[in-house]
Amino acid sequence: MSDHDSDLKPSKPAIWNDPKYRALFFQIILVIGLGYFIVSIVDNTLSNMESRGISTGFAFLNEPSGFGILQSLIEFDESHTYGRTFFVGLLNTLLISGLGIFFATFLGFIMGVARLSNNWIVAKVATVYIEIFRNIPLLLQIFFWYFAVLASLPGVRQSMSLGAGIEFNNRGLYVPSPVPEDGFSIVFWLFVIGIIATVFLARWANKRQELTGQQFPVFFSSLGLIFGLPLVVFLMMGSPLSWDYPALKGFNFQGGVSIIPELLALLLALTIYTGTFIAETVRAGINAVSHGQTEAAMALGLTRGKTMRLIIIPQAMRVIIPPLTSQYLNLAKNSSLATAIGYPDIVAVFMGTTLNQTGQAVEITMMTMGVYLTISLTISMFMNWFNKRMALVER
Amino acid sequence: MKKLTSTLLLTSILAVAANTASADTLSSVKSKGFVQCGVSTGLPGFSNADASGNWKGLDVDVCRAVAAAALGDAGKVKYTPLTAKERFTALQSGEIDMLSRNTTWTLTRDGSLGLNFAGVNYYDGQGFMVTKGLGVKSALELDGAAVCIQAGTTTELNLADYFRENGMKYKSVTYDTSDATIKGFEAGRCDMLSSDQSQLYALRIKLKNPGAAIVLPEVISKEPLGPVVRQGDDKWFNIVKWSLMAMVNAEELGVTSKNASSMKSTKNPSIGRLMGGQGEKLGLGDGWAYNIVSQVGNYGESFERNVGMSSPLKISRGLNALWSKGGLQYAPPIR
Repeated sequence: MSDHDSDLKPSKPAIWNDPKYRALFFQIILVIGLGYFIVSIVDNTLSNMESRGISTGFAFLNEPSGFGILQSLIEFDESHTYGRTFFVGLLNTLLISGLGIFFATFLGFIMGVARLSNNWIVAKVATVYIEIFRNIPLLLQIFFWYFAVLASLPGVRQSMSLGAGIEFNNRGLYVPSPVPEDGFSIVFWLFVIGIIATVFLARWANKRQELTGQQFPVFFSSLGLIFGLPLVVFLMMGSPLSWDYPALKGFNFQGGVSIIPELLALLLALTIYTGTFIAETVRAGINAVSHGQTEAAMALGLTRGKTMRLIIIPQAMRVIIPPLTSQYLNLAKNSSLATAIGYPDIVAVFMGTTLNQTGQAVEITMMTMGVYLTISLTISMFMNWFNKRMALVER
Repeated sequence: MKKLTSTLLLTSILAVAANTASADTLSSVKSKGFVQCGVSTGLPGFSNADASGNWKGLDVDVCRAVAAAALGDAGKVKYTPLTAKERFTALQSGEIDMLSRNTTWTLTRDGSLGLNFAGVNYYDGQGFMVTKGLGVKSALELDGAAVCIQAGTTTELNLADYFRENGMKYKSVTYDTSDATIKGFEAGRCDMLSSDQSQLYALRIKLKNPGAAIVLPEVISKEPLGPVVRQGDDKWFNIVKWSLMAMVNAEELGVTSKNASSMKSTKNPSIGRLMGGQGEKLGLGDGWAYNIVSQVGNYGESFERNVGMSSPLKISRGLNALWSKGGLQYAPPIR
């Protein structure tokens, strides 16, 4: 019996004909080839740069930079190092990406919902907005906003006062900056405590509603906790806060917080451009929810607002989030166009001036690519986590 | 599929290996039939394309002189417009054969970028341009001003040094191209524009109303501008260096594009050596310098035509006069 069985089994193929070993063999060859390719490229580059007398290595990061940067979130002047220019540029990139993502999401959601509106005017306005700004190259829009902003605003001596000490001219938007006095830290900590308390309150209210069905006015009580209480204390303490108003001194406004026109123009362009894509994504998401859901919600007596908020949007989010992630990634990467109008982002500062002053193209380009890769992967990771949270939980 | 991948891999490895071997720029220029020359994106008088797309200028003439010396035809040049930021990478990577783009000769650039400066075709210095309405007479009154500058230049460093030295503050608005810089200045984004003085004059004629801007008298730096080549190819380095020297020597000897052919039969030994004979020492044909002078002209002619009194820029020779006339232009002898 057993003899018969072994006869029926296919004879074992020679090792070079065995698909399993073959596959393994070619994969090993490929890995070795790839490894050799990379090693030879790196080696070639290094030896070529050596023979041409181009310096290599990261020692330049500790040398003093000797140039100024227009906008810096951390302290920076000419005596700081090239390494610090990297962080100045990085923070400026993160700033514009963060602001851009926030405003583009806001604008995109409004416009996406508006395009589906039953109100003819609202729907058409949204359509026109989307179709115009989606179809013009971003770089042109950046130039348009920059030179439009610069050209239409008054000069620094004819600055426009917008009230409350806010000044607006072609050097930027100048806003009074708050100067905390004694005791202001109490108000600040109350504000922080208010936020933390609200989180716990919301959790508790949720649990209670699930158990008993009773609702708790979380929104209004959190308003009171976060803003109301600190405000009352602030007034009771006699407003321990003064303002540093911008004033024209010499050639420019001094004091206050200044928002440079490069940032404004770039933010405007990125927001408006990416907003169109987000709007279409939102529209697609809402359309993907079957109309039966709306009818069912209405039949249960939910208001239109509640239907949208509790029934449609949560289901639409599942469709919206994956393409939304791509839009966020696009925005972060598009922010590198900043260099065209002189906004000091990482490409303009680090890959521009620093590269040119040190000439170490390979190191600097790799560092900059690493930054964008890291930013993009972080956004991806966060959005994937968010997507998982929003995904349909099957029971 | 896998076979294809490995073949591709192998060929690309071979290609990389082959690429490193060629460093002889002269033979590659000869086999291509033209010189690939890096120039600015548009700076009147130095390198600027006219309405029909022909490049003209003092820097462009250096490219043409090299083409005349190496290939016998000054017209055999292809131009690559580069921003200040891109220029060194383009040269290092071999995208261009030489760079002639108002580039300042500094120690860092000479020593750590793998480049060689082949001489100085314009002695410049950094200055400031302001609008007349500002009412400023000297750069020392500019404390707290906003300055428009171009990225990736020595300008950025000199400016920082100057303001620190004098205990003044400034805000630098850094643009990518000289066009954007002048636009920003014109729109009032900055109080002043800082650049090499020659560039200030060149950029001023791009303003809608050039009369509204003035160039301040201060010169805050030394800016020797010249052509640049890659390190490690001494033969090509010599050719570029001596092409420029031939133009200066020709001016000194009184040889111009008009009298070059009649000067060929001169008895003056210096002119004789310029007009023929020394070519093979550079790896060139005999008539290399004759080709330069007859097709491009001598240094003085090039200066007058592009930036001098017969051009819109109207820059006087100043430091760029011959050494024998009180300037700094001095070329080692051809012998």
